[in-house]
Amino acid sequence: MVRYIAVKLLYMLLTLFILATATFFLMKVIPGNPFLGEKKLPTEIYNNIMEKYGFDQPLYKQYLTYMNNLIHFDLGTSMRATHLTVNSIIQQSFTNSAKLGIVAIIVSVIVGIGLGIVSALYHSKAIDHFTSIVAVIGVSIPSFVIGPLLQYFFGVKLGWFHVAGLKEPLDYIMPTISLAALPIAFIARLTRSNMIEVMNADYIRTAKSKGLAKSFIIHRHALRNAILPVVTYLGPMTANIITGSVIVESIFGISGLGKYFVLSVSNRDYTVIMGVTLFYASILMIARFCTDVAYVFIDPRIKLAGREGNG
Amino acid sequence: MNKQQNHQPMLEVKDLRVSFDVREGEVQAVRGVDFHVNSGEVLGIVGESGCGKTVTAQTLMRLIPSPPSRIKSGSIRFLGEEILHKSEKEMQQLRGSKMGMIFQDPMTSLNPTLTVGRQITENLMKHLKMNTAQAKTRAIEMLKLVGIPGAETRINQYPHEFSGGMRQRVMIAIALACNPALLIADEPTTALDVTIQAQILEVLKELRGRLNTSIILITHNLGIVAGLCDRVVVMYGGQIVETGTVREIFSHPKHPYTEGLLKSLPRLDTSKSEPLIPIHGTPPDLVHPPAGCAFAPRCGYAMRICQRLDPALIDCGGTQAARCWLNHSKAQEAKA
Repeated sequence: MVRYIAVKLLYMLLTLFILATATFFLMKVIPGNPFLGEKKLPTEIYNNIMEKYGFDQPLYKQYLTYMNNLIHFDLGTSMRATHLTVNSIIQQSFTNSAKLGIVAIIVSVIVGIGLGIVSALYHSKAIDHFTSIVAVIGVSIPSFVIGPLLQYFFGVKLGWFHVAGLKEPLDYIMPTISLAALPIAFIARLTRSNMIEVMNADYIRTAKSKGLAKSFIIHRHALRNAILPVVTYLGPMTANIITGSVIVESIFGISGLGKYFVLSVSNRDYTVIMGVTLFYASILMIARFCTDVAYVFIDPRIKLAGREGNG
Repeated sequence: MNKQQNHQPMLEVKDLRVSFDVREGEVQAVRGVDFHVNSGEVLGIVGESGCGKTVTAQTLMRLIPSPPSRIKSGSIRFLGEEILHKSEKEMQQLRGSKMGMIFQDPMTSLNPTLTVGRQITENLMKHLKMNTAQAKTRAIEMLKLVGIPGAETRINQYPHEFSGGMRQRVMIAIALACNPALLIADEPTTALDVTIQAQILEVLKELRGRLNTSIILITHNLGIVAGLCDRVVVMYGGQIVETGTVREIFSHPKHPYTEGLLKSLPRLDTSKSEPLIPIHGTPPDLVHPPAGCAFAPRCGYAMRICQRLDPALIDCGGTQAARCWLNHSKAQEAKA
């Protein structure tokens, strides 16, 4: 196990290194820079700025400087909001995104798996059809439609919730729904089809022949086998949701990390682009790693590579 | 024989009819089956694929999902109680404790995510109300009984760490853990190597003597029947075509189908090297079962009446009976 984690970490660092390099050069390939705005700066000032940020130096030197800072966990300061370091931007906005994201993940896992199981057990009955409709709605209506609709009906017409912001616990309800709709639909369909398959498996028949109660068979024999593919999906989903969604965050006026994915690129804010990209990649890799480890606990047939076999 | 006739048989099936509703219509998988099992007896149910033997067996435990299956009529009396009138709750009390079942494919019949031990103990804890420690002791005992070496460590392993034969042993241990009165073995050796088959049969034979459990052995292999069973029921097209003791059936089969099965079996006890004779043709379509004898189209002795009228089971002396017009008193007279 320890060896597995060590190997995995090494690979993660390697991935991050390659990613940082690729992003750095791609960023430089894009024409322009943060200071070439609509308003032309006087040449002397422009040259001064270029010198300050080291943009007058050859590319490889810029790269080495950047990498050196990166090793010391220094992502630099934003080139637009010069009073903010990239570290503090990520820290602040990620806290907001993560708070909402974690709520949305919990909701989508519980509701998604729940709906999936219920519709599998009442296969082709009314409740199953209802779930299918919910799933189709969740998959096909994008969050930028769900969000404003919720705001209009529950925020404006009924006045139950604040239209935007994340100040009270109740404020989480609408953004959570917009954020979780797609994962709920996806998880529900995944769980349903797996559950139906597993319930027809031979070992479920064996369990029945032992005289076990249906509820016991479901939670002890079926669920674990049915949930494996959901776990696979959970890794990348967690990374996506936790780092925030540009759309949901801008609709509900949440100052999260999501907006920086778009804003930093359109501003050519080099340091923020790099920081946000590397941060997202790290979260994604950590989530995937957790998924891998979770497999081992759910399915005994899977062994982590690098771990000594004991059977 | 006379002594047993005073007793109620442990299991008595009368006129059992089971159908499946599918798009093409109603598949009459089991069409009026009668048989019984006495206590301590091993009954073999023989027949080719699709003859209704597995459906019959799973109906005994009410394991077939309904829909699509439908029990149309009949009665199954087990230990003096009617199985077909029981609620699902009552059936759960019966399954695993009074009747156990082993299935054809040991590779898929065990849950891959639970240790073998847990799959045995959950049975014991439910039916015999044992605590974890007692159940574990008993599970180790059971694994030893079915001949699994190193039972103490094996109990904590997962099914994928066992070979096919070992898994079938585990299945037997699970089925017998609560000491059931009846064990239903549905083609227990079909998915295994021939050498492993022999070992599994040996286990069944030994346990039969030791635990005094009645066994229903379902198979298409007459060789297995000869080695293990007391009585045989031969099924064809959802019906019983012949029944009798192993000796009766093997020495003088009264139904052409049974005869065909025996002729298609290689023999080691005769010096003559006779060619094996296959039964030509295919089993009947059970969506539209024929009006006459189901075997008539494949039968070398078929007469005109066979096409029109389905014979009843006709007594052939002893305990033997066969569903064939050749055994009718008039046919016997004509022969004489």
